[in-house]
Amino acid sequence: MNAILAVARRDLLMVMRRKSEVLTALFFFVIVTSLFPLGIGPEPTLLRKIAPGVLWVAALLATMLGLQRMFAADHADGTLEQMAISPTPLVMLVVGKIGAHWLVSGLPLVLVAPVLGIQFDLDGSALGVLVVALLLGTPLLSLIGSIGAALTLGVRGGGVLLSLLVLPLFIPALIFGAGAVEAHISGLGAGGHLSLLAAMLALAVFFAPWATTAALRIALE
Amino acid sequence: MLSAHGLTCVRGDRRLFSGLDLTIDAGEWLHVRGENGAGKTSLLRLLAGLAQPAEGEIRWRGERISQSDSDYRRDLLFFGHHGALKEDLTALENLEFAAAMDGASLSSEAALRALQRFGLQGREQLPVRVLSAGQKRRVMLARIATRNAKLWILDEPFTALDVKAVDLLSTLISAHVTGGGMAILTSHQTMPIPGGRVVQL
Repeated sequence: MNAILAVARRDLLMVMRRKSEVLTALFFFVIVTSLFPLGIGPEPTLLRKIAPGVLWVAALLATMLGLQRMFAADHADGTLEQMAISPTPLVMLVVGKIGAHWLVSGLPLVLVAPVLGIQFDLDGSALGVLVVALLLGTPLLSLIGSIGAALTLGVRGGGVLLSLLVLPLFIPALIFGAGAVEAHISGLGAGGHLSLLAAMLALAVFFAPWATTAALRIALE
Repeated sequence: MLSAHGLTCVRGDRRLFSGLDLTIDAGEWLHVRGENGAGKTSLLRLLAGLAQPAEGEIRWRGERISQSDSDYRRDLLFFGHHGALKEDLTALENLEFAAAMDGASLSSEAALRALQRFGLQGREQLPVRVLSAGQKRRVMLARIATRNAKLWILDEPFTALDVKAVDLLSTLISAHVTGGGMAILTSHQTMPIPGGRVVQL
């Protein structure tokens, strides 16, 4: 447990020393979501209808931005080798790294989403559902993304390959995440969608770190 | 303690070495020699458990290393060509986080002492990025000294070190070996450490 926290603290400390990484993804999210109301024009019913989809697609793409760097620096400077032969199981260290990635690239999106949702004329309760859906969905994106990041580690042109690999896997999160907000707006209730999102998260928490660890070992050989 | 039997290493289509046997006991050190590309680094990575041999097996205290993983890794210290240092962190933070990730406890005082011993006094709080190549290697030496491992596997540990640091590292390895430790090194230089055996690839 201490080892998990140590890895997460180390990654967060490095991000604090080089803030551009967090801010790029966050500003990307803010700008992309703001372009839609500007481009489509002030028509509340249409904006309300597209809001969940736009916010979620922008969140997926913003997560993609930092994904490739998740293990790349550790791979380049030999830290990943040290992690692989550390007495602490590699899977624990991977969990720490995924946690740090979510805190850096997922949590800020969750926090600014309600402000951005106002541009789309979402009301208070819809914004609440959006935040809950993102809170369940963004860790899922970090977990699934970590598998892709580990698989494309050390591959030339890995960035494009990573998007091709990971974006299709993000589709269930997109459908149920955006679906939760839509269902709430149309009065059906978001409970079902949120439960499914939570179930997928629980499954990913359990399996994704193992898959990532296996992929990292292959990359190191 | 560590024994390897019938090791074969294949990289791509090339067979680097085959049927290699080696053993090392407490108080011994092995000097792995060979031309560039002979497979020295590959051998060390096999012994560290970072890669799997095409044939053969490696045993630590009689157990295959893939099975007794965490015991072996607690006793093992491996350094390859990369120093595994984070450029944005200070030398002190690098030491502390490395120890914490290994689940070991390392007090700040012990880490500071080790850094000072290797001539990094006054540079403990600088980001590693501003240190010279030799100073970065010295941070690595401090890490070797602060980690209580039985078996040291070091790949070209003497590169980028000045005369004084070479002496420091030689003394460190000698003290480790005479204290009942083991070391496996690659180097193109001859090393002034007694009790070594040569493995020629």
